[in-house]
Amino acid sequence: MLRLPTFTYLAPRSLAQALRGKTEAGPGGMYVAGGTDLYPNMKRRHQEPAVVISLAGIRALRRPPTIRRSGDPAGGGMRLSAGLTLTELHTHRRVRRLYPVVARGAELISTPPLRNMGTLGGNLCLDTRCNYYNQSYEWRKAIDFCMKKDGAICWVAPSSPRCWAVQSSDLAPVMVALDARLVLAGPAGERVVPAARFYHNDGINYLTKQPDEILTAVELPAPGGWDATYLKLRRRGSFDFPVLGVAAWVRWDGDRVAEARIVLGGVASHPQEVPEAGAAMLGSRLEADALEAAASAAFRPSKPMDNTDFTLSWRKEMTRTYVRRALEELRDRHR
Amino acid sequence: MDGGKRAGGRPGGSAVGDHAPAHPPTRPTVGGEGLRVVGAPLRKVDAVAKVTGRTRFADDLALPRMLWCKLLRSPHAHARVRRVETSRAEELDGVAAVLTGAALPMPFGILPVSQDEHALAPDRVRFIGDAVAAVAAATEEIATAALELIEVEYEPLPVIADPEAAIAPTDTPLHDYGDAGNLHKLIHLQFGDVDAGFAAAEHVREDLYFYEGNTHLAMEQHAALADWSPDGKLTLWSSTQTPHYVHRALAKVLELPPSRIRVIATPNGGGFGGKSDPFNHEIVVAKLAMVTGRPVKIALTREEVFYCHRGRHPTLMWVKSGVTADGRLTALHFRTLLDGGGYGSYGVASTYYTGALQTVTYRVDRYRFEGARAFTNKAPCGPKRGHGTPQPRFALEVQLDKIAEDLGVDPAELRLRHLVPPASVTANWLRIGSMGLGRCIQQVVTASGWATRHARRRPGWGLGLACSSYISGAGLPIYWNDMPHSGVQLKLDRGGGVTVFCGSTDIGQGSDSILATIVAEVLGVAVADIAVVTADTDLTPVDLGSYSSRVTLMSGNAALQAAERAREILTTVVAAKLAVPAARLVCAAGRLFDAENPELGLAFADAVQLAEAKMGTVGTVGSYTPPRSPGRYRGAGVGPSPAYSYSAAVAEVEVDPETGIVVVPKIWIAHDVGQCINPVTVVGQVEGSVYMGLGEALMEEMAYRPARRLLHRIPSMLEYKSPTTLEMCDVETYLIEDPDPSGPFGAKEVGQGPLLPVPPAVANAVYAAVGVRIDEVPITPDKVLKALRQQARGGPGRTGPERFPDIPWPEPTVVPTPWEGGDGRAAGGADRSAGQRTAVGSVTPERQH
Amino acid sequence: MPRPRPTADPAVITLEVNGERCAVAFAPHKTLLEVLREDLDLTGTKHGCELGECGTCTVLLDDAPVLSCLVLGLACDGRRVRTVEGMAEGARLHPLQETFADLGAAQCGYCTPGFLLTAQALLDANPRPTRDEIKAALAGNLCRCTGYLKIYEAVELAAARLRGEDAEPARETLYGRR
Ligand SMILES: Cc1cc2nc3c(=O)[nH]c(=O)nc-3n(C[C@H](O)[C@H](O)[C@H](O)COP(=O)(O)OP(=O)(O)OC[C@H]3O[C@@H](n4cnc5c(N)ncnc54)[C@H](O)[C@@H]3O)c2cc1C
Ligand code: SF4
Ligand code: FES
Ligand code: FES
Repeated sequence: MLRLPTFTYLAPRSLAQALRGKTEAGPGGMYVAGGTDLYPNMKRRHQEPAVVISLAGIRALRRPPTIRRSGDPAGGGMRLSAGLTLTELHTHRRVRRLYPVVARGAELISTPPLRNMGTLGGNLCLDTRCNYYNQSYEWRKAIDFCMKKDGAICWVAPSSPRCWAVQSSDLAPVMVALDARLVLAGPAGERVVPAARFYHNDGINYLTKQPDEILTAVELPAPGGWDATYLKLRRRGSFDFPVLGVAAWVRWDGDRVAEARIVLGGVASHPQEVPEAGAAMLGSRLEADALEAAASAAFRPSKPMDNTDFTLSWRKEMTRTYVRRALEELRDRHR
Repeated sequence: MDGGKRAGGRPGGSAVGDHAPAHPPTRPTVGGEGLRVVGAPLRKVDAVAKVTGRTRFADDLALPRMLWCKLLRSPHAHARVRRVETSRAEELDGVAAVLTGAALPMPFGILPVSQDEHALAPDRVRFIGDAVAAVAAATEEIATAALELIEVEYEPLPVIADPEAAIAPTDTPLHDYGDAGNLHKLIHLQFGDVDAGFAAAEHVREDLYFYEGNTHLAMEQHAALADWSPDGKLTLWSSTQTPHYVHRALAKVLELPPSRIRVIATPNGGGFGGKSDPFNHEIVVAKLAMVTGRPVKIALTREEVFYCHRGRHPTLMWVKSGVTADGRLTALHFRTLLDGGGYGSYGVASTYYTGALQTVTYRVDRYRFEGARAFTNKAPCGPKRGHGTPQPRFALEVQLDKIAEDLGVDPAELRLRHLVPPASVTANWLRIGSMGLGRCIQQVVTASGWATRHARRRPGWGLGLACSSYISGAGLPIYWNDMPHSGVQLKLDRGGGVTVFCGSTDIGQGSDSILATIVAEVLGVAVADIAVVTADTDLTPVDLGSYSSRVTLMSGNAALQAAERAREILTTVVAAKLAVPAARLVCAAGRLFDAENPELGLAFADAVQLAEAKMGTVGTVGSYTPPRSPGRYRGAGVGPSPAYSYSAAVAEVEVDPETGIVVVPKIWIAHDVGQCINPVTVVGQVEGSVYMGLGEALMEEMAYRPARRLLHRIPSMLEYKSPTTLEMCDVETYLIEDPDPSGPFGAKEVGQGPLLPVPPAVANAVYAAVGVRIDEVPITPDKVLKALRQQARGGPGRTGPERFPDIPWPEPTVVPTPWEGGDGRAAGGADRSAGQRTAVGSVTPERQH
Repeated sequence: MPRPRPTADPAVITLEVNGERCAVAFAPHKTLLEVLREDLDLTGTKHGCELGECGTCTVLLDDAPVLSCLVLGLACDGRRVRTVEGMAEGARLHPLQETFADLGAAQCGYCTPGFLLTAQALLDANPRPTRDEIKAALAGNLCRCTGYLKIYEAVELAAARLRGEDAEPARETLYGRR
């Protein structure tokens, strides 16, 4: 049986306590929410925190979704606490009604019991993934490890100075496409960052968040005037991480596209927005050639590496198809 | 049709009509009317234990003072072990013992011809995951930490990554035995004048196919617990399908008399062939228990189970078939090349199996088989559900689909025209008993609406058909001996209870329930009055194990014999007491009574007491030895079986032409099981086989990373893709009961056969849907899309292997067919009966220790 | 990377297991799976990967199915756990246990505890699930033996009986089609 290494476990009841715990623990401290990413990683010795600080007992992270009035200084929209489980998120009536793309993204994650455990915050902070990394200690030892943990070189791109591990959260591209804002609490106070700026295109330093900062909430923009969808490619309808995720967001002006964003998941170390794809649709009614132009624009920079399930050429190929299908869905819904 | 307990005889108008089906001769207990519990959908005897969490699987066991064992495994695919330094590990607090290869020098292996494994590699590791040292410690955590402190000095050796590399001559062969360099086994068999057969053909096709390796992925990870008592007795509990073979291996490697060793197979949390070899971890915990004097347990991680493997051999196949205009196979020539991995395992038998059963479905006039197995530096392959036969079955059934199209014949019709007749002998001298394939085909053809729907395809949607057959137990044992393959003892209790003792192992297929049902049927008592004791080498007579679909037929026959003998004892004493002829006595409803005057009788318990008073303790034995097969040539040991099951399947697929993604909404399957002992478990085996076949068809593969040290790419539950509820198709299961004279009550196998038609049916359906041939499994979307692109560019629209390497085939063993006047022996008679004694032609017949 | 050995003192928590409150001491890095199996002797909960990838170790934590291999024992202080051992009411099997036994939904039985508990949570929340809802709810549990079909049928039959209907298994379920 695979077991966890030893560590000290803290169960703070407030954000302040949690932050203090982390300060005291220093670099050896890590937060845990649902543990569905951290604990498997600890069992394989990817992450070896000496102190594990649970966020599960902090009330402030577990508030039900709330709607802000449009007069709110932060603008209208919904506030999602980071500690909501994925099940709570995708079964929540208002989330389903007002932000079906968020509900869909959450519902497509992992499996039913895992969604009862995994949280929104943990999902957005999910460690990047790679077939050379998500392996046991012994397996990794047999390849002399790799740059992301314990080793020197990247087996996916041996001449590369960086790690290409894959951004594999389903909600990350959705949040970037929606231009959601992430609320972070740190020892120095709170700050808010746009979702796109929360991520780095680097398999090791994939978050811009400071290690001691806690993601407390996600602020979604007010609904209305825009539409979005998320398509996920994977081998099986359950369990599997995305090998490609396509989040598409469109603001309509009458029957024309006034603004659009295409964000790809699973093909880079961050949720990759493809501005050319958004630009290719502007002013269009998403008619066939606009779809094709956007799909081609997304296809070009989509550069999956050979470190997930499926062959990389097929995954790249699918970018075109999935972007087109996502936009078709938005178009058909707008008619 | 008759939905009752059992279908009657053969309905009229069977497609086998061509061959005037001879009704199998029946013995009194074969398919007789009026069965009470045989054929009834009873709860399995262990069902309640399983739904309440009471079943004790191997890892659920714990003993006082128990130590935990962990194995140190090689990070090299091929290397010499120069030095193993264990002192630092030994010094770690909590470590009780550390073992290296020197402690267990005796080799072992499942087949007498390939005793090529060591419990801990003494001087050479042959794949990443091969074990080199072992630790026993107070906790699993300490044992794991101690592994880190063991230093091993390796000298890397050239790595053989695939069978092609194994063909090349080498100075450092993986093993010091084998047929040529790293070619472990080379086979060349020829049945009849094959050239003449091709000359007589009106149409000849040659094609290449590839079947990727895959693994069993039983949900339960292997575990074993050993206990050594100071009086010199060793007990091993293990999740094994073959306690008898583990018993033998332990005796050999530990150099202990078998009488001092007790092996208990715990209920298996799934096996599928993956727990059929004796394993190094079983031997190691036994040795550690002896060394430390404390119980020692090992529970493998999922990754380690991937290193145990023994799964489906990746197999490259070249097939040449010659047919007449109406599709009769005048000649068939098969070449197979198996990637065996680092050790022999069952590999010699697997290799023979890739050539053995091509002849038992449709008549093949003349047949040539060339098979090769290569040693490579990967986890060893072995027997997985269907053992060696799903690969050639895939090739043959796809080939027939192509031939049907070439000839303009409906694929179902083509098959129905040329069915092997029942009670016949094939070109390679396999004796067929009952043969319900015609009815199977007709059933799935009707149920799926094949006639109208197959022809009228819509783009992206298609139906595909395929058939298969499988053995109901291998005709010969794995090691040479004249003894029965299965034994049963019955003990009749004064209180009316009956205990069945049998060495068979329940791996979830329900073999314990089969024993209880058969005994209950014969003795006329309730199944609840039967206690079943199985898989314990101290308590139960030998049964060879749960492999080759042998258990229902063989242990069932042994149970039947034991029960009939018990009935004989009881009827004799009761007849005397009641003064009625013994022949008139009936055992039913817990009584023995006069058939003509049912009032007159005795309760079963009273009958047992009467017998015990008259003759002492009431117990009987029964055993089963398969009939001798007519084949007498070297290699004839693989393929013979007392009975063959048959299946036919139609798969419905939807293919997304833009992505190549294949979805299988539904499969219709019919299976000729001879006679259901319990229809619920039969349906369960069929559905489970379809499931596993679907996984193999679409997604499962043992993938290796060639670039870097030949590592298993994906040794995890997440990345080895096993279908979830969302991929599993709907299944309509039809049961055909064509009782076989060799089976208990006519029963044949069902655990493996129904897997076989699924991959080719899916491949044929993909062709029907989008017109491309995917000549390899798994049929992944990238392969489909590649073929579609190729087709769009005017190419052939096929994904599959492109060439078959040159192999130094030996001279053929030429065996005349029955219709050429053969006698089952090779021409020239050079090797009379040589291959007859064991399943795989033991070189050094090894008798009981 | 020599791995740390468990040196810490045992942790002690109080939790409710199958309706009974109990205190248990264990090494603090242990998961609920290990605590149940090794410290509470409840070996009915099985495991197939210990990484969240198979669903075999599913138990109900405060009535929701979770993977016990990824829940820390320490995180269960004061909480309610239900395992397969606690499904039956006294000597009476839960209707799901009855139908799993009768329909052959447990072949080797190794995945069965996880399926039973997941199904129980489903039926508690949704007494009349459709086949698709059953598939979706069970999509986090792998079974290698049954192909899931008998499991769906067992869940459907138990659901009907729990609704008070006098339901019997379909003929094809028991006998196959002929
Ligand atoms: C078999 C399997 C399949 C999966 N499939 C998918 C999938 O398809 N798609 C997908 O997106 N994910 C998948 N996951 C990953 C994971 O379950 C989810 O992403 C989940 O949402 C993670 O949340 P968690 O609360 O469990 O994270 P945790 O494991 O608790 O934390 C993950 C990381 O985030 C940090 N963290 C957590 N919360 C915060 C916070 N509030 N502030 C700062 N840091 C924080 C932790 O320190 C840790 O580094 C899968 C996991 C498994 C085991
Ligand atoms: S991308 Fe390279 S460095 Fe990063 S985890 Fe994979 S192999 Fe390691
Ligand atoms: S043991 Fe596999 S999910 Fe927990
Ligand atoms: S019954 Fe064996 S794994 Fe499900």
